[in-house]
Amino acid sequence: MWLPTFATDRIVRRRPEWRAKPLATITAAAGACRIAAVNRAGQDCGIAPGMTLADARALVPDLVAVTATPTEDGHALTRLAEWCMRYTPWVAVDATNLDGGALWLDVTGCAHLFGGEGRLLRDLEARLAAFGFAARAAVADTPGAAWAWARFAVLRTADDGIVPPGMHRARIAELPVAGLRLAPDLVETLHSLGLRRIGDLYPIPRAALAARFGRFVLHRLDQALGTMPEPISPLAEPPAQQAVLAFPEPIITAAGIAAAVQRLVENLCDTLAQQALGARRLVLSCYRSDGRIASRTIGTSAPTRDPAHLFRLFREHLGEIDPGFGIDVMALAATEVAPLAPSQASLGPASDATAHELTHLVDVLGTRLGHAQVRRLAARASHIPERAVARVSAGTAPAAPEWPVGERPLRLLPHPEPIDVTAPVPDGPPLQFVWRRRTHRVARAMGPERICGEWWRDDAKLRDYYHVEDNAGCRFWVYREDLYRPDRAARWYLHGLFA
Amino acid sequence: MASPKSTAIAALRRQLTMGDALAPAPRVTRLGIAAIDAALPWGGLPGGAIHEVTGPESDGAATGFCTTLLARLSAGTRPVLWVTANDDLYAPGLAAFGLSPERLIVVRARRTAETFWTIEEALRCRSLAAVLGEVRGLTRTVARRLQLVARGSGVTAVLLRHDEDDAFANAVTRWHVVSARRDDAAEDDSNARWRVDLVRCRGRIHGEEGYVARWLIEWRAATGDFGVVADLRDRPDRPAPTRMAR
Repeated sequence: MWLPTFATDRIVRRRPEWRAKPLATITAAAGACRIAAVNRAGQDCGIAPGMTLADARALVPDLVAVTATPTEDGHALTRLAEWCMRYTPWVAVDATNLDGGALWLDVTGCAHLFGGEGRLLRDLEARLAAFGFAARAAVADTPGAAWAWARFAVLRTADDGIVPPGMHRARIAELPVAGLRLAPDLVETLHSLGLRRIGDLYPIPRAALAARFGRFVLHRLDQALGTMPEPISPLAEPPAQQAVLAFPEPIITAAGIAAAVQRLVENLCDTLAQQALGARRLVLSCYRSDGRIASRTIGTSAPTRDPAHLFRLFREHLGEIDPGFGIDVMALAATEVAPLAPSQASLGPASDATAHELTHLVDVLGTRLGHAQVRRLAARASHIPERAVARVSAGTAPAAPEWPVGERPLRLLPHPEPIDVTAPVPDGPPLQFVWRRRTHRVARAMGPERICGEWWRDDAKLRDYYHVEDNAGCRFWVYREDLYRPDRAARWYLHGLFA
Repeated sequence: MASPKSTAIAALRRQLTMGDALAPAPRVTRLGIAAIDAALPWGGLPGGAIHEVTGPESDGAATGFCTTLLARLSAGTRPVLWVTANDDLYAPGLAAFGLSPERLIVVRARRTAETFWTIEEALRCRSLAAVLGEVRGLTRTVARRLQLVARGSGVTAVLLRHDEDDAFANAVTRWHVVSARRDDAAEDDSNARWRVDLVRCRGRIHGEEGYVARWLIEWRAATGDFGVVADLRDRPDRPAPTRMAR
């Protein structure tokens, strides 16, 4: 899909009163202001990109000139590409960037969802025109052929944009050689030799073509004809599974959205069941009629394809979706899937049902509180107390771990808290300490247990841990950092509470 | 002379107690400390109800008592869920009290509303043996709500409270647990001694001292079990060990 006047169309979207006027964007290069892009009215007056501003002003005195913003144009094109994902998940921004903006849409297997390729193109062009973007779209077997057809074919109706399957070689033969995505100087060279149409290149022996014009021309020709594959890397990785629902009328009510999500979830779960897959991460994208996209993501702790459960997870988020002036299309994509064996009604013990109920609870809690807040505790091989416990996903039960030997507190403060300590001997246990503005007199102390830092970490400091009991019976885990040095006061910390 | 109104109220009261009696007998979990089990009318902790445990935040005793309760309720096989505010639970310490961390799901809820929502959602999940919530600012309505959910699903709720506000009648039992001083220096240093007050218990009347029963129990680290040091019920109330304050 080619957007010949993308840069100027963006400006007109902000300043509608300039629509009919000659309008150009300019860049300062080599000491002169040159035209970077020009709108339709300007082109009709004879202005072309590459002219100096002075020359253009000579042709059209009331030319509106605006400084070009290529970076913003690039961002806008990417946003437009995201919007185009309503048609197909496989969308990419054209990197050749010879003129205006261009997008690739791989509509293989998607066109029938919109009533065929012709209706898809009509819909696409109509919507873009409503946004204020002039677009020329073409569908062909190869990206190269579609590129040439979009730029150089005569397109009276949207159906003209379709090159029937297998016909691309014959159709593009009539188009100028510039349709092969060649640099202007190469086109010039070909023209000077009388090779004006792509078809003129067909009879020339490949070796001669390569020797004369370099491999690039041959490369582009092969890509256009489909003898050389041309991979398109999509904007986002296409989801593993997706369900799409397009509405005849934009929906706006909460009840409508909920019903649509319910149907999407059911459709997606059917597809997943056929392939013995379960979803781990789902993205719900709502394409609003004003061109914005509202999306919500949910994750599950274990692969699932239970529609009731997934719908329950989405219900938490439905209130946050702003329908704006209505939602045209909703897509539910499973961006992360994992194998899930077909389930069978259980006859045996209810342990399976128990596990299911628990994972559902974990998902519900994780959706609301954040999955990082719902955790199980697992052992990690480290003798540093705070590193000996890992917080792992609650979805799967870890194996019975081996815990470090030695007495360990019941609560370990997230950050050791500094305490003021009175100790009779510098490297002995404390006599009394002040923690949270309260003085604790130590009745008994056990230790020290010396824990060395891990030498491969920067913050490796030695700690001497004492298990102290104050005269009320409360028991604490305190430590002194580093070895005793006469020139420096010892630093003490309270790290944990014993029961 | 009773007015017709008060007779009607009395009749309704009787019906209410009858209703309670007709409810299916809850699953009872024994604490494994014979003296305490004997003091509870059910012979242990009844399931599908709320139990409250209070104690100061800077004292690990209440946490230790809760861990023990959860370990008993889990019975080593059933999962339990712990809703914490500070995320400071330490798995090796929990394991020492018999609560195996692979059976434990820890949920961190920062706000009060999230805490109560999490407890309520978890109480609905019958796969859990128990839900422990570290709560603050419990209100009568919330307590009533949690009680209804717990009764419906049969999952036991343990509420650990550090703010010792007024108790709510919804809790079947209410405990106050603090660390206690050990006097003889000859004892094993790693043992812990707690003073456990059964402050309130449905079906039991508390005395003038403000508690139903009081024990001094000791957790023996070497064997991982409890022993009752003293049954303090009939003794004259000893002054609680005082803490020095600045």
